[in-house]
Amino acid sequence: MKGYTGKVARINLATGDIKREEISEEFCRNWIGGYGMGIKVVWDEVPAGCDPLSPDNVLVFNIGPFPGTILPTSSKYGVFAKSPLTGLFGMAISSGSVGAQMRRAGWNMVILEKKAPEPVYIMFDNDDIQIQPCSETLWGKKDSWETEEWIRHHYHDERIGVSSIGKAGEIMVRIACLTNDRNRQAGRTGMGAVMGSKNVKALAFRGTNSVEVAHPKEFYKKGKELIKISMGPVTIKYRDLGTPVNVLEFQKLGILPTRNFQSGVFEHAFDVSGEKMAETWVVKKAACSQCPIGCDHLVYIKDGPYKGAVASVDYECSFSVGSNCGIWDMPAITRAIELCDRHTIDGISAGVCVSFAMEAFENNVLTPEQVGYDLKFGDGDAMVRFIEDICLGRTEAGKIIGLGSRGAANYLGQNSMHYAMQVKGLEMPGYVVRGIKTAALGFAVAIRGGCHLRNGAYQFDIKGDFDRFTQDKPEERVKKIINMENDYALIDSYIICKFTRGIYKNGVDEQAEVYSMVTGIDVTGDDLRTRGAAIHNLAKCYNLREGATKADDYLPERDYTDPLPEGPSEGQYIDRDLYTVMLDAYYSERGWDSDGVPTQETLDKYGLSSFVNLDDLHPIEERRYMPCL
Amino acid sequence: MSVGKGRKILYVDPDLCTGCEVCESVCSFAHDGAYNPMNTRITRVRIEPVTNIAIGCQTCSDAACIGACPQKAITKKEPENFLIINENKCDGCGFCIRACPFGAITLHTKTNKAISCDLCTTTEYKEPQCVECCPKEAIRVAHLVEVSEDKRIVAVKKLMENLGKTL
Repeated sequence: MKGYTGKVARINLATGDIKREEISEEFCRNWIGGYGMGIKVVWDEVPAGCDPLSPDNVLVFNIGPFPGTILPTSSKYGVFAKSPLTGLFGMAISSGSVGAQMRRAGWNMVILEKKAPEPVYIMFDNDDIQIQPCSETLWGKKDSWETEEWIRHHYHDERIGVSSIGKAGEIMVRIACLTNDRNRQAGRTGMGAVMGSKNVKALAFRGTNSVEVAHPKEFYKKGKELIKISMGPVTIKYRDLGTPVNVLEFQKLGILPTRNFQSGVFEHAFDVSGEKMAETWVVKKAACSQCPIGCDHLVYIKDGPYKGAVASVDYECSFSVGSNCGIWDMPAITRAIELCDRHTIDGISAGVCVSFAMEAFENNVLTPEQVGYDLKFGDGDAMVRFIEDICLGRTEAGKIIGLGSRGAANYLGQNSMHYAMQVKGLEMPGYVVRGIKTAALGFAVAIRGGCHLRNGAYQFDIKGDFDRFTQDKPEERVKKIINMENDYALIDSYIICKFTRGIYKNGVDEQAEVYSMVTGIDVTGDDLRTRGAAIHNLAKCYNLREGATKADDYLPERDYTDPLPEGPSEGQYIDRDLYTVMLDAYYSERGWDSDGVPTQETLDKYGLSSFVNLDDLHPIEERRYMPCL
Repeated sequence: MSVGKGRKILYVDPDLCTGCEVCESVCSFAHDGAYNPMNTRITRVRIEPVTNIAIGCQTCSDAACIGACPQKAITKKEPENFLIINENKCDGCGFCIRACPFGAITLHTKTNKAISCDLCTTTEYKEPQCVECCPKEAIRVAHLVEVSEDKRIVAVKKLMENLGKTL
């Protein structure tokens, strides 16, 4: 088999013992890579009900069959564990140089067990693995950007792929992420905190081996075709103005999250738009390895109080610390994103946690004593300061909000859960779902929590497949969501970037051809689609095993009770009863019972019954992990 | 495509280059049938935060590498001026690498022989693959006179725009 390296490094951090294991062709065929292999290992190896920040949690890094080849956007890797933010399945995907370097170094998967007795980083120099102590050099001393630079200089190789944590990961802020290549994050569900809990500062990969594919000539031709298509209209949005083009598009729809999702229109939207950025702020576009798009729109602040701030500004961050905090001060936004990336907290969760804190502050739930200064919507300087407070855990409010919005609301009480904009504990991305009713369900059932990337359900509303304001046609809507969810499970397993999902004219069938060209494993589109569904079902089983219930598939309270006050989606809210009808339709279409538990028949259908017991999915004891101080 | 004979270089526009490494991948595949940025004749250089460019042989008129080679393994292909490295003579000593001011020569990881851009003339593809595949169309093969002409046109356009003298 080609594409896959088939090699796994299993590292017991407590003992320093390194086992080199192999994965079989059958395992690769069944679990593809990325998400698929990640959930299988987490299901098998993380003890049920374990504390995600304890040594028992297992941190998995893996790739699929494509990194190192010219397949567009193929240099991606995934990070998986039980999430300390949601208490459920944790997954985060990043790109940059790490996936390709990991592949050339020869590793398909790295499994980190237990906890190192002292802070270390792990260097994978091709087959050679070194666990290096770093309490004197990196831990507590260098942020993620500096760590990457230090490791590259130390080994005298500017191409080393480094995935590392900053201070927020070290002190286990629940929204901590991993950063590589400065601008790329394995962002969501707190994977950086798990890394910190294991006393691991960074994983570094140096690979000098060549990557061969099963059918070189055929694949080279196909790869070139796909690169050409990637240069055309299907990716124009990401190449031209970049994702911040969404700001004004969503403003027109009235779904641009503003002031902690209180409104869907922002009076200063133009100032944080892609159009304004291109005109005034962007100095350079950059790309990940093997990406024809180059979505990183780098903003550099030339003067003023944030002089020297530099960051790749995408839509999710321009909304989260921008409109969502009522802020249109681009230098402050840029500085905030830079801080998130350096200290390693997830930009989406960070912004939505800050906006939660701002609303709590204005409601007197979070006090001036806890914060130390005024934290009001629209105040860019306060927002930047507060981001740093969260990252460094340096004030009482910073520590509380570092639990994530749900953990903070649990702690603060006083009805603040009403405006904690999260699902399953994960903060919502940049869409006010009250104005896009298919997405309302899609985001709420998303396997890792409030997320737009598990099924992309917003596109059915925005493209007009359904009436975005009504909650009719539940069966039709859930069918669309489920098909897309299965396809996305594959995209996250290959792993390729969703920005190139449009380059495959024949969708999954064409991806199957590419998969076979690279790996030499014959599969059809139908085989893959079945695996996509199996992967999603296993992840659902995992969430249930860790104590998730039907209540976890509901939206933040605000979406049901607070109609949008203004703009093109004025008056829109989610009707809870109609929502439940759609949720039940989703469960039924998935082959799950009315509590959202897969039936025995469904487990059998996807070949999961050999290792999933229905009994495990109904934990008797209260098992759900909740972040607390 | 450029007309006329004479010295040519791979010209990479740093404003367009995103550092995506596609040029490296196709270069190594065209020459070896496998993907490896270690065995590439054009190399992406990224200097944070905003510099991206790819560098290959600059086809120097008075190339230091040629004089540096103790085995006399390096000659020039006229009229384009790119290097021909005689694999039978090259013993991988690396003197050429030390002499090249651009870091445009490397040792192949498998053969341990020096490699440098040959504009894909030794491959079955004949035409430079990096030029064909660069997603930003940032790479071209050009005579130096064309490069300077392009620069002049860009400069004059900008000047005229600033003066308000364009239609």
